[in-house]
Amino acid sequence: MKSKSGWKRKDLLGIEDLSVDEINTVLDTAAAFKQVGKRTIKKVPSLRGKTLVNLFIEPSTRTRTSFELAAKRLSADVINITATASSIVKGETLKDTALNLQALHADIIVIRHSAAGAPHFLARLLKASVINAGDGAHEHPTQALLDAFTIREKKGRIEGLNVTILGDILYSRVARSNIWLLTKLGAHVTLAGPSTLVPRVFEQFGCRVTYDIEEAIRGADVINLLRIQHERQRKTMFPSIGEYTAMFGLSKDRFARTKPDAAIMHPGPINRGVEIDSEIADCGRSVILEQVTNGLAVRMAVLFLCSGGQALEP
Amino acid sequence: MKSLHIKNGRVMDPANHVDAVRDIFVVDGKISDTPPSVALEVIDATGMIVTPGLIDMHVHLREPGRSDKETIETGTRCAARGGFTSVVCMPNTSPVADNSGTIAFIKQRTAEVGCVNVFPTGAISKELKGEELAPIGSLKRVGVVAITDDGHCVQNNELMRRAVEYAKMFSLPVLDHCQDYNLVADGMMNEGYWSAVLGLHGWPVVGEDVIVARNILLAEQADWWIHCQHISSARSVELIREAKKRGVKISAEACPHHFTLTDECVKTYDTNFKMNPPLRTERDREALLEGLANGTINCIASDHAPHCTYEKEVEFDLAPFGIIGLETELALSLELVRKRLLPLSQLVEKLTLNPARLLGLKKGTLAPGADGDVTIINADREWTYDVEQSASSARNSPFHGWNLKGKAVMTIVGGKIVWREN
Amino acid sequence: MDAVAIERALARMAHEIAERNPQQDTLALIGIRTHGVPLARRLAERLRAILQREIPSGELDIGMHRDDIGLRDTPPTVGPSHVTFDVDDKTIVLVDDVLFTGRSIRAALDEIADFGRPQRIQLGVLVDRGHRELPIRADFVGKNVPTAFDERVRVSLFEVDGKDEVSLEK
Repeated sequence: MKSKSGWKRKDLLGIEDLSVDEINTVLDTAAAFKQVGKRTIKKVPSLRGKTLVNLFIEPSTRTRTSFELAAKRLSADVINITATASSIVKGETLKDTALNLQALHADIIVIRHSAAGAPHFLARLLKASVINAGDGAHEHPTQALLDAFTIREKKGRIEGLNVTILGDILYSRVARSNIWLLTKLGAHVTLAGPSTLVPRVFEQFGCRVTYDIEEAIRGADVINLLRIQHERQRKTMFPSIGEYTAMFGLSKDRFARTKPDAAIMHPGPINRGVEIDSEIADCGRSVILEQVTNGLAVRMAVLFLCSGGQALEP
Repeated sequence: MKSLHIKNGRVMDPANHVDAVRDIFVVDGKISDTPPSVALEVIDATGMIVTPGLIDMHVHLREPGRSDKETIETGTRCAARGGFTSVVCMPNTSPVADNSGTIAFIKQRTAEVGCVNVFPTGAISKELKGEELAPIGSLKRVGVVAITDDGHCVQNNELMRRAVEYAKMFSLPVLDHCQDYNLVADGMMNEGYWSAVLGLHGWPVVGEDVIVARNILLAEQADWWIHCQHISSARSVELIREAKKRGVKISAEACPHHFTLTDECVKTYDTNFKMNPPLRTERDREALLEGLANGTINCIASDHAPHCTYEKEVEFDLAPFGIIGLETELALSLELVRKRLLPLSQLVEKLTLNPARLLGLKKGTLAPGADGDVTIINADREWTYDVEQSASSARNSPFHGWNLKGKAVMTIVGGKIVWREN
Repeated sequence: MDAVAIERALARMAHEIAERNPQQDTLALIGIRTHGVPLARRLAERLRAILQREIPSGELDIGMHRDDIGLRDTPPTVGPSHVTFDVDDKTIVLVDDVLFTGRSIRAALDEIADFGRPQRIQLGVLVDRGHRELPIRADFVGKNVPTAFDERVRVSLFEVDGKDEVSLEK
């Protein structure tokens, strides 16, 4: 299963600009790297001597750990910078932080930030590779890639599948990246949730928008549940968590009405009892933990590919 | 100061219904139609357009308080380069221009270092907080030409109503930056397809429309002038057009960036495309052009808003709103004439006569005896805007590198040449 | 080399491998992707005929172990390796189509070390074209072909390219 290496980028800023070839290159490369995790020696020397900085201005333990492990398995050296621990709190600008890292000859910067466009800002500024680990509500490309990898593993393909993304679409970078990737690869994407969080403008992205959860999950081959975000939620968007759960949560009842082989996905961390009933999260059709394993392989692939080219112009 | 003989230019003076090739004299700082008996500097304006000195009624000079962004000196020099002989400056300085002391300071500084006329505005509310009326009477006495909370917007309709009624007493028009804080919340760019793609919080048009509607109703009730600043939304233009038909004392201005650019420009997250109100859709842009053509929008202004480079070189969410605009305003406005959207005379009106009338300024005219404020424009001059050469202290312009057509080649204030192209 | 010459060379190499390694129960072949893989399989076939026993054959993808990852225009393609047998204490014969600078073999040695600790590793190549940059030599060689550094030796195999041929391109 070899594909022509269609990857010439030094950065991964989003899915929106990627071609289908590039996406497939990442997924195929990830398949190879997934195997490394099954060996006794879970390490390859591909990024030996390279320095990777996890610049997490917006904190996240799981994504950061995943990138850290991916880098270490590729034999890179890893530095973790989180907002609370760094001079960012003292008022150093993102630009200065980045230039400082460049002065230390960091090769790859993985950035998670609450401001959309922050990775693009860095990529313009730095010679190092910039990997977007989530920028505000804009994109979370590695999440979409690992979601696609998981779907392909489970279902054998993405084209023609009915994928439903459920929850807060408006403020979700996971939703946006997934929408780009799935539509590029030919899936039929349905978005569902409260109308305040799933505005019709998303129909212009090639998706179907519905506010009827029953309809949304009925024919779905894959159901991707998004977190209801307490942090980014404005109090005006919907009445309460309780109402959300009642109207849009994947309860046991609703789950019973899904297709018997529909896969259940979630980017994590899950709010048990809110967007997903606690038992369903652990059931056989849930691929939530596989997403985590696949996330590691996908991130290894991304780091490998972005480091692979010489003089890839910033 | 030498007297001037501006020779052979196409004199465009809508205030006096003049559009003809003729000579103009400026003697002792005043316009004259007869040659004086004193020594003259002759300015050959063949092929040029000669207008009353242009007026920009929406400029942030930042002094007092933020001279790192701009000063009255640099800001007025910028204006002169852009062909403007008068600017109306906004009160969101530090301290706020809600007291006669700050206004006095501005006037004094202008006299010391300003090279064009500066007409200050005063605040509507104390500290622009939108809670209590500022001492509008005192502000009038020290010479403000209007009141505005620009930068902010009075949310309390009762307060706004009283402000308009009170300002009427002093013949002060009320200028309003139309923004409903709750509807807009932390909006960074126009709410629409592009904000959905970019994941930036949306600033919905309805946040402007709602305040424009309230202003129309309050202006109607008080029978006094409210001027809606930097209109950006199609619906706002429609509302204002309707209201004008009814005879409501509502006025509107548009900025060149709103009628030239759209929200798609934000897709690179370049903060030089971040301003308030934000760039809108093509449909809104077209509505602005229509509004300018049919007279609904009676003024053009820049909302020149300088910021330090380091302030703008940050994540999009954190960057302050605003761009500079005095030096590109004329060329971008002349595009409207080139595209046959409106005749030159109407364009000149929107930059001279109309703002002067609204604000009660004895400007915007080349009648004999008027102040010697003249702008000489080469409408065919092709040039490339290099923001690094700007007279402004700031560099935040989205038009850097643009090939523009049309430029002021000479700016004369009170008979004195304050800018001439080499 | 044409198809006949290739078959003769492989036949001879298989006999050499058998002769060199009397301890047949620990013998295994690992082919280096891409062309080393079918070559390893063909050798395994022949060894089965000679030794009357199955010789395990594995595939190695060295993409992740290369030493030139940052120096190329595009990243190398990587695929999974398939070594399903235990390499500890075995005699591994690495098989590749062309031995040139020796760097691919170095990467392969590195990767095998991740799988375990063979007792010995031998190298069999269809073509040795010289220009070694590392101290690596082949134990079993199909044909020695002296070349200029900028020439290319192209090996085509039926399983991958539809025909058997070794050609030299200037």
